Amino acid sequence: MTYVGSRHTRVEDEALLRGEGRFIDDIHLPGMLECAFVRSTVAHARLRAVDMEAARHAPGVIAVLGLNELLPHLASERLPLGFALETIEGEVTPFVLAKEEVCFVGEAIAVVVAENRYLAEDAAALVNIDMDILPAVSDAANALVDAPLVHTEKESNRLKEIKQCYGDTDEAFKRAAHVCSLSLRQERGAAHPIEGRGIVAHYDSPGDQLNVWSSTQMPHEVRALLAKTLGIDEERIRVVVPDVGGGFGAKFLMYPEEAVLACATRLLDRPLKWIEDRREHFLSAIQARTQFWNVEMAIDKNGKILGVRGHVTHDQGAYTPQGFNLPYNASVAMPGPYVVPAYDLTVDVVETNRPPTIPVRGAGYPEATFAMERLLDVAARDSGLDRAEIRRLNLISVEQMPYEKPLKTRSGSTVKYDSGDYQTCQTMALEMIGYHQFRHRQQTAKEQGQYLGIGIANGIKGTGRGPFESAVVRVGRSGDVTVYTGATAMGQGLKTVFTQIAADALGSRPSSIRIVAGDTGTISLGQGGFASRQTVTAGSAVHLAAVNIRKKALHVASHLLEVPEEDLSITDGRIYITDSPSDSVTLAELAEALAGAPGYALPADVEPGLEAQIHFSPPDLVYSNTTHAVEVEVSPNTGVTTIHRYVVANDCGRMINPTLVEGQIHGGVVHGIGNALFEQMIFDENAQPLTTNFGDYLLPTITEVPYIEITHMESPSPLNPLGVKGVGESGVVPAAAVIVSAIEDALSPWGIRINEYPVTPMLVVDLITSAEKARESIG
Amino acid sequence: MDKRRRRQIQVTVNGQSVRREVDVRLTVADFIRHELFLTGTHLGCEHGVCGACTILVDDRAVRGCLMLAVQTDGAEIRTVESLAQGDTAHPLQEAFQDHHGLQCGYCTAGILMTLVDFLANNPTPEESELKNALSGNLCRCTGYQNIFSAAKDGAERLRIEEHSDDDIRR
Amino acid sequence: MKPPPFDYYDPSSLEEGLQLISTLDEAKLLAGGQSLMPMLNMRYLAPQSIVDLNRIEELRFCRSENSSVVIGAMTTQRDLAASPLIREQLPLLVEALSHVGHLQTRTRGTLGGSICHLDPAAELPVAALALEATLQVRSAKEAREIAMGDFPTFYMTPDIMPAEILTEITFPVRAAGTGYAFEEFARRHGDFAIISVAVSLSLEAGQVTYARVAVGGAGSVPQRAKLLEDALVGERPEDSVLDEAVRLSTDIEYIADVHATEEYRRHLFFVLARRALTRAARQAASES
Repeated sequence: MTYVGSRHTRVEDEALLRGEGRFIDDIHLPGMLECAFVRSTVAHARLRAVDMEAARHAPGVIAVLGLNELLPHLASERLPLGFALETIEGEVTPFVLAKEEVCFVGEAIAVVVAENRYLAEDAAALVNIDMDILPAVSDAANALVDAPLVHTEKESNRLKEIKQCYGDTDEAFKRAAHVCSLSLRQERGAAHPIEGRGIVAHYDSPGDQLNVWSSTQMPHEVRALLAKTLGIDEERIRVVVPDVGGGFGAKFLMYPEEAVLACATRLLDRPLKWIEDRREHFLSAIQARTQFWNVEMAIDKNGKILGVRGHVTHDQGAYTPQGFNLPYNASVAMPGPYVVPAYDLTVDVVETNRPPTIPVRGAGYPEATFAMERLLDVAARDSGLDRAEIRRLNLISVEQMPYEKPLKTRSGSTVKYDSGDYQTCQTMALEMIGYHQFRHRQQTAKEQGQYLGIGIANGIKGTGRGPFESAVVRVGRSGDVTVYTGATAMGQGLKTVFTQIAADALGSRPSSIRIVAGDTGTISLGQGGFASRQTVTAGSAVHLAAVNIRKKALHVASHLLEVPEEDLSITDGRIYITDSPSDSVTLAELAEALAGAPGYALPADVEPGLEAQIHFSPPDLVYSNTTHAVEVEVSPNTGVTTIHRYVVANDCGRMINPTLVEGQIHGGVVHGIGNALFEQMIFDENAQPLTTNFGDYLLPTITEVPYIEITHMESPSPLNPLGVKGVGESGVVPAAAVIVSAIEDALSPWGIRINEYPVTPMLVVDLITSAEKARESIG
Repeated sequence: MDKRRRRQIQVTVNGQSVRREVDVRLTVADFIRHELFLTGTHLGCEHGVCGACTILVDDRAVRGCLMLAVQTDGAEIRTVESLAQGDTAHPLQEAFQDHHGLQCGYCTAGILMTLVDFLANNPTPEESELKNALSGNLCRCTGYQNIFSAAKDGAERLRIEEHSDDDIRR
Repeated sequence: MKPPPFDYYDPSSLEEGLQLISTLDEAKLLAGGQSLMPMLNMRYLAPQSIVDLNRIEELRFCRSENSSVVIGAMTTQRDLAASPLIREQLPLLVEALSHVGHLQTRTRGTLGGSICHLDPAAELPVAALALEATLQVRSAKEAREIAMGDFPTFYMTPDIMPAEILTEITFPVRAAGTGYAFEEFARRHGDFAIISVAVSLSLEAGQVTYARVAVGGAGSVPQRAKLLEDALVGERPEDSVLDEAVRLSTDIEYIADVHATEEYRRHLFFVLARRALTRAARQAASES
């Protein structure tokens, strides 16, 4: 039986469907107290005094703690930098709790610990904060010139400059037949998993052991960061990830709340719980996507790209909890799947008095893709080429694979696309949507008063980020197989995928395999869930570990059954002589034998135990690619965009489970539809957020999303034993670009250009009104 | 006990009679989750938009975050935990598994309970009606496509089950 | 996001409720709770007392009376939408209900709650305005009647005293020859309206004899488009007439918020009013 490649139903589902999942807020410990945070209501202020007296005397309150109360138990007043290999000048990370200055609305100032959340919130409202309000920076576009300072102790709001440069761009632009330039505005959204963040912390004082349950994407990193924050050894901390109700980047970070609870449970010697509510997610969870791109592209007379150059302003928010991966990714991702001979891009990473940004699903790739694909649309127009044709001309061809770009990934290796056939992928999408018949459909519709548009966009995503992921595969004496991994499940179906991989590699039944993910107590090393990495890294580790066990099992069985290994087969956990299937030994029997009995030698001179550990280190990122094509209708009366068809041709290498791959694409695409049409965190000029509930911040619902048609290519990656590439983010990468392209096409009778998203109906009506006025004034 | 602040309530939850004293401000979602430890119902927004906390009160779908526990005094509550009968999954649960209608599973209970109510009253919905019925449930993982397929198929399975029940009665 | 502490009362009769609120200082009435409960959870409000009207069964009914339909204030939106009487007699209300919230919120949300909450973007107050509903308001001492048109005084502030309860809403049923339409623009299904327009329009011998046009979402309160109405009466509802009438509605107040500017709201009102008028006129013509 081959499980890899099959549409195996998910092993996660039964418990979840029965309401028997265990999420963070489902954990109840005896004597547990609940926390509520007091947060800044203004974007920038100097704290004069925080009066907690009234709150401390409120009913049910055990403690009210600020930074001063926690300091004796902290190694540092700020959080350590996450994934701390980058060096950043100055102090940039968030405080555990605010010290003297608050720098965004929602920044945590104090924590109330009470008998339950209701009482904790009552008391939090009684904390009285005396502060001097300071001017705030709301818009990153205006952060560098004549702007107030985001942090008063610093000298500038510019945090870092990232430069990418190769080839001779000056020469490219000199030689260009056409130069097209664009000024693009992309706005912030938030991750919004339906389950917010949450933590349960329990200090076992007799054992001097800190147990933390966190709804996080990275338990090992949380453990390391907590250890640094508290100044204790990380082996004294166990971080366990329960079922996670989605992450999308929001849980790819250790936040102040985790540090506060870990510290406070030691201080108070009581188990503590904090569950992020939705308003807190709006105010204090990370956000992403505000970037302003001023870019230009040089093309020759045939439509070939000669060079791209420009400048990006990236809104970093008030703090930098984990480096510059988001703007860095964007700067490297922009050339995308195209041959770009010369490239010169500068990114100004700018602080604002808004919540910090780190990668949300897509991690800079959607922003960069939007810039590149918008430029290509302009280039097509300027050179008189069809939008699909100019893309085909410039796509890296299959003969050029593997293809190196003179750019460095964050880890310092050269960007190298491992495999893929981008042109065929694009052709598949075009055929599926009937691209070449579209002008006829568009014309017919227009005669009926309908404005249709078509869009096309390509995207790539570097996936499977290293340096490694871990797996331990162990066969117990029952014959059941347990897989431990540092990978972290957050709803993707990780356990199903690993079950399929292990079942094939080991020759076991899926029902006898159990996956234990996201528990630092069961595996010493791990990275977690981000960058579409886990099937590539942990999946390969599971595969290789299971293969090792299979080898060992065959070796020992060959000894016991007295036949050469090549004469043996393994199925459903039973090893038998291929020509005489009744002569067999089960994995259970082998595990029993290898567990050893006092005084008896192990069979076959092998190490004890039927288990294997692998840390799979991918040699490099593996690049999945995708082409999206959409057909929209835009109503000039209301400005509403309706997506009639959404087509995806996707290549994520070998698929372990096509159903799950499609599920990832659906989710990614709809996240991108949210970005393109609905979602926007709006702040006023004082950096006060105006969209802090689900009535004002619009997530797409079932009535707004189209049916997504998917076709697959499978170009196996040569860089891992499974041939897989990540797919968690591909869906979102070109989504905003393709939708905006299609809207622009629908509005071509007005000659409208769209350089921003979300494209709200109001924006469309504004653009049409302006175009008509301009036309009148000319006419 | 100050009756204005705490109340004795009696509710039937998934067929079991329950008597509890509760704070009057306790929402029914928190009541079933934290007092009765029925944690299959989830809270996603606590302001009545996401639908994750949908439960049935007297057979009708309500948002559990927008109703007080004290308001359910005398009522019958059904949560996701009531759907499966022992080892036998509810037809909707089967359909959601078969169509990959869930990923993280956090919004799922609310969706299932919404459908139980809706399909009981509209066993043969048009596609648009089915979508409208689910428009009050947010999901961030699935893009809704497989939720919709599962719901459609679930409706069909419920109809078949209904028919076979009729056959048995005859 | 947990509600603040409050005293809770759940009277089981109207009389009991009226007596109770006449003695309480700072009571907030809880109807369906689909707006009040989120506000409590977000702690925008912290009332001393909550008086829950849900146990007052006598406020849940729909009945036909003379040439009117009378609806108890605590009738849920879900029951309204399912009521054969309402479906037959008040098609405009049914159409408006199809835009109200979601299955789960309609289960609890009530007609009276929506009218008293008076969110300018809510559908039911707009429909009630176009249908010239009359509201019966009771206190322990007296009963009074107020026209829906006079009920809004200010943003989300109806003309009702703390010691009063809205008990029932009377909708006059118009004779044959009347057409109705409810048009709404919202970003997502079930969202509050950015603009909604309700039209009730009667024709005699092809001429408009009666027109009521109400708009929601535009300004701080639900509004009547009186200039538009005046421009229609006496005219034949031809395209040019409708275009001109809509163009003349310069008496609508528009506000800006995170969802839309004043200009966009005005634009949408013109688009939706035009659609609603066409539909209502066509229906009126087929009915007469």
